[in-house]
Formats: sequence, structure tokens, C-alpha cells
Amino acid sequence: MSTLYALLFIVATLVLVIGLALKIKQYAQTPAPLKIPTTPAPITEAGVVMRLFREVVFFESLFKSTKWTWIFSWMFHMALFAVLLRHLRYFIDDVWLPIELIQPFGKYAGFAMVAGLGGLFLRRIFVDRVRYISAPSDYLWLIILIVIGMSGLMMSFVAHTDIVMVKQFFTGVYTFSWGELPVNFPLIVHLLLVALLMILFPFSKLLHVPGIFFSPSRNQVDNPREKRHLAPWAKALEEQE
Amino acid sequence: MAKADFEVPELQEHVDVPALEEGTMAHLKPFVVKNPDHNTDLGFPGELVEDWHDKTLEKLDDLRHRYRSLQVYLDACVKCGSCTDKCHYYLGTKDPKNMPVGRQDLLRKVYRRYFTFAGKFFPKLVGAEDLTRETLDDWYSYYHQCSQCRRCSVFCPYGIDTAEISMAAREILDSIGYGQKYCNEIIAKVHKVGNNLGLPGPAILDTVQGLEEDVFDETGVEVKYPLDVKGADILLVTPSADFFAEPHVDGLIGYGKVFHEAGVSWTLSTTASEAGNFGMFIGSYENMRRVSMRIRKAALELGVKRIVFGECGHAWRVAYAFLNTLAGPFDFLDPNYPVPQHICEFTDDLIKKGKLNFDKSQNDDMTITFHDSCNVARATRMGDKPGGQFEIPRNVIKSVCNNYVDMDHNTIGERTFCCGGGGGLLTDDLMEIRVKGALPRMTALQNAIDEHGVTHVAAICAICKSQFTKVMPYYGLDMDQIVSVHQLVSNAIVLTGQKTEGAGEAAEAAG
Repeated sequence: MSTLYALLFIVATLVLVIGLALKIKQYAQTPAPLKIPTTPAPITEAGVVMRLFREVVFFESLFKSTKWTWIFSWMFHMALFAVLLRHLRYFIDDVWLPIELIQPFGKYAGFAMVAGLGGLFLRRIFVDRVRYISAPSDYLWLIILIVIGMSGLMMSFVAHTDIVMVKQFFTGVYTFSWGELPVNFPLIVHLLLVALLMILFPFSKLLHVPGIFFSPSRNQVDNPREKRHLAPWAKALEEQE
Repeated sequence: MAKADFEVPELQEHVDVPALEEGTMAHLKPFVVKNPDHNTDLGFPGELVEDWHDKTLEKLDDLRHRYRSLQVYLDACVKCGSCTDKCHYYLGTKDPKNMPVGRQDLLRKVYRRYFTFAGKFFPKLVGAEDLTRETLDDWYSYYHQCSQCRRCSVFCPYGIDTAEISMAAREILDSIGYGQKYCNEIIAKVHKVGNNLGLPGPAILDTVQGLEEDVFDETGVEVKYPLDVKGADILLVTPSADFFAEPHVDGLIGYGKVFHEAGVSWTLSTTASEAGNFGMFIGSYENMRRVSMRIRKAALELGVKRIVFGECGHAWRVAYAFLNTLAGPFDFLDPNYPVPQHICEFTDDLIKKGKLNFDKSQNDDMTITFHDSCNVARATRMGDKPGGQFEIPRNVIKSVCNNYVDMDHNTIGERTFCCGGGGGLLTDDLMEIRVKGALPRMTALQNAIDEHGVTHVAAICAICKSQFTKVMPYYGLDMDQIVSVHQLVSNAIVLTGQKTEGAGEAAEAAG
């Protein structure tokens, strides 16, 4: 069982890292032949960095659009971020001070995460427009994340698992000398779904994570008159003449 | 009210987001290219090719490797629903395939089926679908119900722009010989004659000479409307509708008066007698480039120092955002001026320098509001600050009119609603979607009329002007309630040496 999980996490990590790297490489290497920032857009590089920062941290465009979706998804994403930071302590030996400090918040952020996901799930079911555009996978993602969150909360607040053992297991995986995982149902489910998520990440809509940084309508500087923008294939087209 | 063989939506106080009704617009398809020349002139097969299935997938694969936007946008959508109530065509038709994401998914489900792991092995799970003849018809139908206005892209958390998807889909359809008659016929005309309307040089010359006479009769001042004058400082590139249609031509009269007062020499060009570039509508870089190169060629041949664009929306996008890429570098022009410059930038600059004299009372019979044209608003800029595209035209209007009010703030600026006729939809065979898609704009306009006594709406886009003229009667408004911004300038400007009595009949708007 422990060996199986160790192998699972090694595979999951490889798939996640290599898969994402390949996707990022694809996005980076595909040219954007035309200047298409959604205007009004920043006219400097620094402005673009700020625009992306506001988009990634505050979900600016979604805020402009619909407050309900914004509240649920922002709550989910920010809580997830806090929870992920908190989880670092299970994977590193000398836990950094900021990670120590975040622990109490991180613990309760799990509730915000599940609440946000629940809101998104209800919205997907009850708003006819959102229901129309939803594929089974769209519901499944929410369910997977909700179960990950709930099983995690179970371990924090209901049935504690032997977290020291878990940490020994994962730090052991780095040197291929893992110990035993505690036998604990929420933990088994939690880890299985996290591994599943990692494996599916590069093949799914979770690609919105790298995608946002490569979206030409958000990451381009609005300076087409000042600076000539020419993609390699467009240049080749010109040279044919 | 104009008669319609479809149900015209009734104007309410607000545009409520409708409950969706599947298939309400599935019947609407623009005419397909009939004359194969209109395809082959553009470099596409004359008619639907036999191996359309493989060719479609080949083209989709080709495009996703050439356009980062397409690849990222096909991958990144999480189906959050943020865009679902943002498209004027959805609000006016209730058809879920007119929701931006619904429209994108028509292409995305094919992309997923053939190009993604999940779609290849678990199509049902991720909503991937086979490419069939019906898929093509669906694409043809719904990708010609998108005006590429980019309103959805403002509200998408990843900036996914349905215009990019529509352009790609139309390029794919063209590449298999399933092109739209309206766009392709027009591009063929531009390649051959030099403008969208197929107006030959002598006809343009006749028009501009007529304008000179009219302006002289009206003002007693010899304002010139030069054509093909070598050595002029400025090449004016303006939509060909400006040469004959109302209210467009009143705008052209205005540009001429402004140039006259500025004391600059300028010229129109027979071969570049069109600002519009329908190459963008069909997503074809090659055609867009070919159309743009006419302008470069004309500028070189005439030996001008500057290029100024007239009032046109999608045209200003291609000019502002793409011209330098497509037909640059413009190092042979005067580097002290932006290339190209918008006529509103030109006029605004003169106003700020105090070089123009206006009698604003000439526009006192009107209360004006301004319709931000979609592509000017969300794909371009004017001036040197972000948002100049909103301020500069308004500043021009306020400098020549005493009565100005904005429409509802949720319907202007970057949130502006498309007129309903942009992006290659300005054709009679698409009248139903044009009328229904105008609902949000007409609602905001009617509210401004009721609440603020607005009498006229000004625009800086040839498509908006034509579309409003045609569509306003369906909503019980008058077709001449749409005016050009430079028509207002023309009404109010006091030319040096102008005779005073009866100067500038402001009511000419009603003509």
C-alpha cells in the first residue's frame, strides 16, 4: 500500500512537472502574430505586470463580470493557496517561519475552500447558462476538489491521522526510502485524489493556470504604433516576396 | 416601424438576461459564396472540397501552431460562465450558442476530440465531439453571428476573446471552400478596385468635386477634397461609405473642413479608397496584409508624410493595432506623428491648440450621445494614454455641441455594446441577427432619449452608422438619429472667411 502510494506520487509528480513544462513550452513557442490586448491596456511592460498581478491575485475581470462567481471562486482559490502553503510543512524539514505563521489560518482556510467550491457547484447546477456549458468533467473537478478538501478537514478536525508518519513517508520518497503511511481512510482518499489531480492537470482545463500568463489579450503591451511587432512566420511571409 | 419576418424584441427598461432557448438562431445562415472567383481571388478553393474533414482538422492544427491566442484560449476555458450574459447576440436571441463560451465550444469540442488526450479517449466526459457535416453548418451559422466585438474578452478571467475563435473558424471554413458571400465578395472587390463598394476612380472624383461645390455654396469658402494629389502631406484613408452614404458623407465634409482650417495639404487615394479591412473578419492574415499593402503603396506613390484614418471602427483596429505589423515599417513617414493617426486625434489636437473656431449653437437643435464603437473601444487607443479612445471623441463632440450626455455607464467605454452589425454581418441576409443583436444598444439609447431628451447618437464607425440607419426603424426610432462625429464638427466649425448668413444648416443631419 505505502509502496503503491509512493510510486503513485512519483509518477504524478513527473506527469505534472513534465506535462506542464511541455504545455508551457508550447504556449511560449507559439507566436502571437498580432497585437491584440483588450484595451484600454497598459502601454508599458510594468503596466502589463500590474495588470496580470491584479488578474491573478484579485481576479479583476471576473470581478467586473459577476460578483457571485467572483466571491466563490476567489474564496476557493485564495483558500487553496493558503492551504497549499500550510501543507509545505509536511514536505520540508526546516519549516520556514512564514509557513509556521500561516498554520492557524491555513487550517481554517480549508472551510473557505470547500464553501467556495460548494458555491461554484450550486451555480453550475442552478444557473441555466452555466449548466448548459458544463460537461461531466466540469462537475467532477469540483467534486474531486470538494472531497480533497473535506477529507483534509476530517483529518484536521475530526479524526486525526498520524501526521508525523505522513511526513516521514513523503520526505522518505525523496530518497526512495519511504516508510509506512498510516492506515487512515480520509488520508487514503485525500492522497489518491491529489495524485489524480496532479496527473490530470496538464490534460485538463486546469491549464488555465499557465494559460492566463500567456493570454495575448492580457499580457501584451499596447504599443503597436510605436513598435513594430512581427511574428517569425509573418516575417517569412514577407521575405517570400 | 420597419417590417420584419421575424419577431423584433420589444424595448424594456432593462435588458434582462434571458433564460436560454436552444436553437432559436440555428436557421440563420448568411449566403455562401456562389461565384467561385470570390473564393479563388482570395486564395481559397472555389467550393467545398471533398476531403473537407481532413482539411478542416489540418487547418485547425495549422492555426493553433500559428496563433498563441487560439491555442491558449482553446485550452484555458474553465466554463465559469462569466461571459454567458455578456454577448448582445445572446441577450437578443436567447440562443445558448450565441453565448461567447457556447460559440467557442463549437470549435473547442472538435479541438478536444482530435487534439487532446482527454478528448481522444474520454470524449463524453469532457464534451468532445466528432467533426461532422453538421458541425460545419453549425460553425457557418454561429461564427457568422459574432461581430468580433470583444465584449466577452473584457469579462473573461483569462481574457479569452471569442473574436479570435470566430476568426479562426471562418479561416478554416474559407480554407475548405465554405466562405461567406458578403465578406469574400467585398475583399475580392478591394483587391480589384481598391474599395469595398467597388467605386471606380472617376466615381470618387465626381463625388469629391460635388462636395467641393456643396461646401462652397454653403460657406463661400473653397474647401478642397483632393484625390490622388502627389506630394500632399497627408493621405486620408476613409471608409468608402463616406463617399456617398448618409450620414457618412457629412463626416467626410467635416474632415475636409478641419484639414482646410489646419492649413495642411491632404489627399485621398483612388487605390486606397477604403479604410475597412474585411481580411480581419475572415481571420486571414494574408488577405488582411494584401489589403493593408495598398495603403503603404499609395502612401509611397503619393509621397505623403502622414497617414490619417477616417471614422471607422474595425478599420481603426486594423490600422492602429495591425498596420505597422502588416505593412510596416513606416520609416518613410514623418516620425513626429503617430502612424496612422485617427481623424479624431487630429481634430482634437487642433482643438486643444485653439486652432479651430466653432459656433456650438449650430448644433443646438440636437442633444447628442456617443456610441463607443466596439473595436475602437476594446482593441485600439487614441492619444498617448489608455482610454484616450473614449475621451478624445467625446472631447471633440463636447467642443462642438452644447448638449451632450452619456448613455448608461454599463453600456459605454470598455463595456460598450456592439451596434449589432460589425465583423462581417452588415448584410441583408443577416438582418434578423442584426436587429436582435442591437437590442442592448437600442435599450440604452431609448433610455437616454426618455431620461435626458437625447435626440441623436454620434458614432465614429461606418458599420455602426449603416447598421443604426437600418436597424433603428425596427425599434421605432428614426433612421436619421445617427450622425457622424465630424458631421457635428462640420456643422459648428467657422471657416476662415466664411459667409455668415445661413452658415451651416445644422438641420442637415435630417437629410
